[in-house]
Amino acid sequence: MVSATATATNGNGHENGVGDGVVIDCRIENLYYGDFHAVRDTHVPIRKGTITAFIGPSGCGKSTALRCVNRMNDLVRGFRFSGHVHFRGQDIYGRSIDPVAVRRSIGMVFQQPNPFAMSIYRNVAFGLRLNRFKGDVDEQVERALRGAALWDEVKDKLSASGLSLSGGQQQRLCIARAIATEPEVLLMDEPCSALDPIATRRIEELMLELKERFTIAIVTHNLQQAARVADWTGFMMVDTSRGGRTGYLVEFEETKKLFDEPAEDLTREYLQGEFS
Amino acid sequence: MSSAPPRAVTISRPPSAREIFVNRAFRGLTHVFAWATIVLLAYILFEIGSLAVPAMNEYGADFVTGTTWDANREEFGVLPEIMGTLYTSLIALVIGGALGVAVAIVLSQGFLPPVLEHLMKNIVELLAAIPSVVYGLWGIFVVIPTVRGPAEWLHEHLGFLPFFDTRLSGPGILPASLVLSIMVLPTVAAISREAMVAVPHKLREAAFGLGATRWETILGVVLPTASAGIFGAVVLAFGRALGETMALAMLVGNANVFGWSLFSPGNTLASLLANHFPEAGRVEVGALMYAALVLTAITLIVNVIGSLIMIRASSKMQGLR
Ligand SMILES: Nc1ncnc2c1ncn2[C@@H]1O[C@H](COP(=O)(O)OP(=O)(O)OP(=O)(O)O)[C@@H](O)[C@H]1O
Ligand SMILES: [Mg+2]
Repeated sequence: MVSATATATNGNGHENGVGDGVVIDCRIENLYYGDFHAVRDTHVPIRKGTITAFIGPSGCGKSTALRCVNRMNDLVRGFRFSGHVHFRGQDIYGRSIDPVAVRRSIGMVFQQPNPFAMSIYRNVAFGLRLNRFKGDVDEQVERALRGAALWDEVKDKLSASGLSLSGGQQQRLCIARAIATEPEVLLMDEPCSALDPIATRRIEELMLELKERFTIAIVTHNLQQAARVADWTGFMMVDTSRGGRTGYLVEFEETKKLFDEPAEDLTREYLQGEFS
Repeated sequence: MSSAPPRAVTISRPPSAREIFVNRAFRGLTHVFAWATIVLLAYILFEIGSLAVPAMNEYGADFVTGTTWDANREEFGVLPEIMGTLYTSLIALVIGGALGVAVAIVLSQGFLPPVLEHLMKNIVELLAAIPSVVYGLWGIFVVIPTVRGPAEWLHEHLGFLPFFDTRLSGPGILPASLVLSIMVLPTVAAISREAMVAVPHKLREAAFGLGATRWETILGVVLPTASAGIFGAVVLAFGRALGETMALAMLVGNANVFGWSLFSPGNTLASLLANHFPEAGRVEVGALMYAALVLTAITLIVNVIGSLIMIRASSKMQGLR
């Protein structure tokens, strides 16, 4: 299955001229929420076994772009989109594609922690149940919680409500829930914004560990974090020149290159503003 | 200049005496109204109770276990009525509850465009505004003729079951329960819809994000999260069904017997009261007051349980905002 996928996406990658190992080729031409033109001209190839980061000022459409990749925006009334998102050699916005199947392979951690009003255990096992997981659920739950650096804090109260946890713990619970099913691609929208430096480090380690087997895309406001973990980074910006507030991708590069010698002035200004 | 008080640097200031007074007055007023409802309830119970005292002394606990209601011999028992009340209400609750929850799902989970959803929601709530007597007439002229055929068939073929072992002769438990289930539907639908709407969107998003289908999301996340609220809705509807009078007086058959057969006529406490008051003599009025007290007690217990569940529901949702 994995090799078949790799070949399919490789072939696809060549077709689009974006290079080898692209598992998701996301090309947003125009994206609207009702009348609001939210994002334009954003082309991000996500390569297998790498971490891709989105950075940029608040409201520039990072979450929107990320949510496009697993069709979460379909839930928003008035959402319209032109472009494509290729995954396993197919456009996931194609007519024959079931968004439910897409989301089982492309997991997501949301910007706001959103644990279910059920026990910690059942939160993590939720995805396993959906996928009719046949193996040892207990073991998989423990693995996911360890991966999310939450196990030690909750191992004695797995039956307590997920809502009884602190904000940062809830976010890690959501990370555990998302990684429990080991999706092929994991999208994380500011996964560490509510976490202390230690938990943040732990999640970063987790990401580096996961990318050996999976592919990760994150949104982050923490530029150092992008520099630490991401292989590729896209910088997004808001374009107000046409009267709207339309986000677009300014630059997409290997992280080191983007941080050391950005091609665009806008990128340099943004990075300097943050680092100086 | 030096005599001027130091100018505050901030815009914030403590509330003025007037604001504090208005706040206190408003709070006092809400207290008065809140207590007034409790006093009113206590007063009604006291009045009914004092009228019922002679009958209570006379018949005691035999009243709730007795099965005859004979004003001439001054023999009064309401066991058939208690059973009939609970039986019709329970059937109504099973049917109306299931339908009501289904309606709430359809009207809250994005199955319909928002405008249509809003319209339908209002129409369902309008069902609650139809007068009870109209439901009764509908039951007599529509429901009874409609169920007659199926009832006959069930009796012929499944008559060995206690639920079908008599013929439907017109009014009876089944038509009464069916009409009652339509009457409680708006209560269940409206309140459980509220509970489902109150489930934060981000939880549905989380479920969809894990690759749940719409039904998996509804059954796995929305209903469990709203479950306490839905249960509260069902209990409140039960309270309504117990006390429903007019439609049942028209449809239940007013026979002072109780049988498990859905097709047999029966009676409920509320329709007993409605039917016997007009011609009741002094002694019978006392007994009817006693019956009213029994009904009130049953309804009160059910409502208190319902409220407790609602309180638990809102506390369970607290971490969600
Ligand atoms: N569901 C929605 N309906 C309408 N407009 C939306 C919706 N979600 C986002 N937007 C708009 O789209 C634009 C981009 O939003 P988005 O959430 O993608 O920003 P972001 O880059 O993730 O910002 P932040 O860093 O603050 O999270 C914003 O102007 C926002 O108002
Ligand atoms: Mg965002």
